Amino acid sequence: MATITRRDFLKLTAAGAGAVVVSELGFNLAQAYEVKQELRIEGATESHSVCPYCAVGCSLIAYSRKRPDGSIELLQIEGDPDSPVNEGRLCPKGATAMQLATSVRRVEQPLYRAPGTTEWKKVDWDFVLDKIAQNVKASRDRTFIMQDAKGNPVNRCEGIAFAGGAAFSSEEGYFATKLMRGLGVVFIEQQARV
Amino acid sequence: MTNHWRDIKNADVILINGANPAEAHPVGFQWFMRAKLDPARGPGQGGGAKIIHADPRFTRTSAVADMYVRIRTGTDVAYFGGLINYVLQNNLYHAEYVKNYTNASFVVKDGFEFNDGLFSGYNPQKRTYEASTWGYELDENKFAKRDDTLQDPRTVFQLLKKHYSRYTPQMVSTITGIPQDDFLKVAQIVGEMGRPDKVMTIVYAVGLTQHTTGGQLIRCGAVLQLLLGNIGRPGGGMNAERGHANIQGNTDHAISWEILPGYLAIPAPGERTLDDYVAEKAPKKSDPHAWNFFGTNYRKFMVSLLKGWYGDAATKDNEFAFEYIPKPAGNSSWMTIYDQALRGKMEGVILSGMTATSIGPDSNQVLQALANLKWLVVMDAFPTTSSEFWKGPGMDASKVQTEVFMVPCTHWIEKEGSFVNSGRWMQWKDQVIPPQGAARHDHWVLAEVFLRVKDLYSRSGGKFPDPLMHLTFNYKDPHKPELDEIAQEINGKDLGTGKRLATFAALKDDGTTTAGDWIYTGSYPESGNLSKRREGVQDPAKNDPTGMGFYPNWAWSWPLNRRVMYNRASADVDGNPWDPKRPGIRWDGQKWVGDVPDYPPKMSPKDPKAWLPFIMTGEGVGRLFSNSMADGPLPEHYEPIESPIENPLHAKVSASPVAFLYDKAAGRPDRFGTVEEFPVIATTYRLTEHEHYITQQVPHLVQLQPEAFCEVPTGLAKEKGIQNGDMVRVSSKRGTVEVRALVTNRLGQVEVGGKKVWQMGIPIHWGFVGVSADLYPEKSQHWLANALTPYVGDASARTPEFKAFLVKIEKMT
Repeated sequence: MATITRRDFLKLTAAGAGAVVVSELGFNLAQAYEVKQELRIEGATESHSVCPYCAVGCSLIAYSRKRPDGSIELLQIEGDPDSPVNEGRLCPKGATAMQLATSVRRVEQPLYRAPGTTEWKKVDWDFVLDKIAQNVKASRDRTFIMQDAKGNPVNRCEGIAFAGGAAFSSEEGYFATKLMRGLGVVFIEQQARV
Repeated sequence: MTNHWRDIKNADVILINGANPAEAHPVGFQWFMRAKLDPARGPGQGGGAKIIHADPRFTRTSAVADMYVRIRTGTDVAYFGGLINYVLQNNLYHAEYVKNYTNASFVVKDGFEFNDGLFSGYNPQKRTYEASTWGYELDENKFAKRDDTLQDPRTVFQLLKKHYSRYTPQMVSTITGIPQDDFLKVAQIVGEMGRPDKVMTIVYAVGLTQHTTGGQLIRCGAVLQLLLGNIGRPGGGMNAERGHANIQGNTDHAISWEILPGYLAIPAPGERTLDDYVAEKAPKKSDPHAWNFFGTNYRKFMVSLLKGWYGDAATKDNEFAFEYIPKPAGNSSWMTIYDQALRGKMEGVILSGMTATSIGPDSNQVLQALANLKWLVVMDAFPTTSSEFWKGPGMDASKVQTEVFMVPCTHWIEKEGSFVNSGRWMQWKDQVIPPQGAARHDHWVLAEVFLRVKDLYSRSGGKFPDPLMHLTFNYKDPHKPELDEIAQEINGKDLGTGKRLATFAALKDDGTTTAGDWIYTGSYPESGNLSKRREGVQDPAKNDPTGMGFYPNWAWSWPLNRRVMYNRASADVDGNPWDPKRPGIRWDGQKWVGDVPDYPPKMSPKDPKAWLPFIMTGEGVGRLFSNSMADGPLPEHYEPIESPIENPLHAKVSASPVAFLYDKAAGRPDRFGTVEEFPVIATTYRLTEHEHYITQQVPHLVQLQPEAFCEVPTGLAKEKGIQNGDMVRVSSKRGTVEVRALVTNRLGQVEVGGKKVWQMGIPIHWGFVGVSADLYPEKSQHWLANALTPYVGDASARTPEFKAFLVKIEKMT
């Protein structure tokens, strides 16, 4: 097959402009002008978001549309030109945020691995929530210290750690802190340390 | 960041250490380039800001820098120390700022000393300092003695001068590997930034923090900036580029063992009462003109938090339930969690959006720790190297007794809420799409678990359930709290009127106000959620009235929508901006105008009672000398724990004398290597196309950077017979990785302590989970970069030393 460089292509198309029809490339260029331009985001709902990756905090505009069956389709994510932070620009990560937003690689159902087993088992929400709650209570009861050796009131749970939060909303983070301290957890960490 | 992303365009010089913004924060980097391309910026007559990049690796940031210096990783204290020395020896500091706005004139206690690498108060058995001598001489009113001439040899200024006199250009070169001439060229440019009409910003990232001297590396930059008069000014400051979308917000909200929301310290066991706690933790006023705003209001912030958390159960009589707050026995940070697991003391770990295995340090040891737990909960949108840890390297799933839960959670665009960027801008985002599959919001999962635990306690009793039984849960649906409701709780309210507060100045210590996080009070006043504001660059004339890039009605920044922290210091004693072309705030005769003032809005600089500029410190001024660090009041260079040379300043105290040695303390075998066995310095880093580990699930990004690799300097590759693209085995004392070699001149040799040493680099992003790992299930078992990194961290913060360790490299056959 003959290779055609970009320059050749431009030459060929320039030669064909205004004239014929089936070019030397073997297809009809005129068709390209006949396609009616219709924006993919025509009639879509415009929402505001912020990039999920680094902490520059680039603003995003997300376009979505309700399908006839009521489900919501995410159509497009792009940089928000109004933002004093990014002025519409995005890096390769931000520009591919769509692929993080909806993905066949997601975990869509709770999974459970019993001690010593070699496979995940699909389970329902009640199963995991009950079991986690039982574990939390048992570990808290086993490792909760009301007073230390010096008689100081300390009210701490030493056997449970919570870590995370750099990826979820601030309000969730505050809520996580409140609940964990409420349980007496002292081992609380997030990405800022590491 | 003391400042914010857009503000970097205001700088004359941008000093970048331990960061690679062109690749790691590319969109933020546009503001660096705007400064560089602005003829009004720059040293001398201008012509554009100068970017100076010190890094072991020549990156895309270096490529557009005006100066690149190849520095040995982990030696930035020597670099900054050398700059401090140059500025002091050549009288280039901003004299008026230093005298009035720093503690240069404060007189330090007689017992304070520094000899042969150790500060006074060292306890070699405990490997800690007793810091009682790291303070000021006090007068009869308990205020610090000052000598405004700065001549007393015990002033901070003279001690600083003496301390850094050892950091000569030659010494800097011996330690860092930067040729003296290059260093002096940097020093000359930096030195000019002490002029009031010039300003420099220091930008850093985890390349500074992730060292055993991490905290002091930052302090050292801050000391330099205070000497140059660059803190509090537009275009100045100490600017940390954070790596995750909401690492700032969730640090502010205290997902961190040592703090409560708003940087209130977690109480220690001896603090039995609220009075004990405030007396111990609140900053003390050490100058009659210091407002000491934080110290003065500490109790109000704490009581408002307790009242918010414990509601009616928090009364004056029970000290607002202060006893409910857990008091940790000691350090409870990231590495301590897995150390406790290895010791068999940690039963369960809940990870949300964070993977212990890949993060490490010392991933093999962390895997052992996870296998030692009774249970592990992973809350995430995708599988991680932690949810799958039992399939990881060296694991035999049939023998791993940990019960593992994979809890599918929603991610950023499936829920609303705010993200807080590096510049402290709280920006609200919408929920755009519903959760995929059966995924649930993280906070709904936590609420549900909590309510079920509560139910178990009310049915069967157990250890001291009071704190959890009384925790406030005033949400329309307790099982599904709305983030909007929580945002209002964080802001706080007046319990008398029921109205949300507009400022933390309204908080009280009598139980009549609440604030979930006092630094966010004012983010959601009665007028609404200010983080949703969108008056941006669509109309700069209207939305950026000062022209300084503050955009006060775009989103909201803490505290009180202030865009540059410590901005009282942007103006001179009389209230005039140091540089009238770049004002932060200005006294107009009646009030402060410009940015939201970090100062009483109507306090005249002429007022004889006018507060000193740094309202948050007990001194009222910036601290060149500080007793807040575990490893000394002045930053000092210590070698990384694994180093190819002995410390040229003091060979007997080569590495940090107070870094906590986990394995040693636990009686586990030593996991540190020596230069004889591991002669190459290694550092870890990140790539533009990936963020930590999550992007291993994003096909486009995996296509752009498909496979684990390391960067090998050409000369080292030649010595080892390695060709570009060969598979190599890189080993430390702790583990190995088997990856492809990228042979490059971006890395090279440094001459340090009379020795030539190679430095190589390893990106952190790969592991045994993700798109690439699915393609190479066997190979990907050997891709965890943090299998190499040491289990040791900063003396104060315990941030692991990911950035400087020793390895060997061989070609795989």
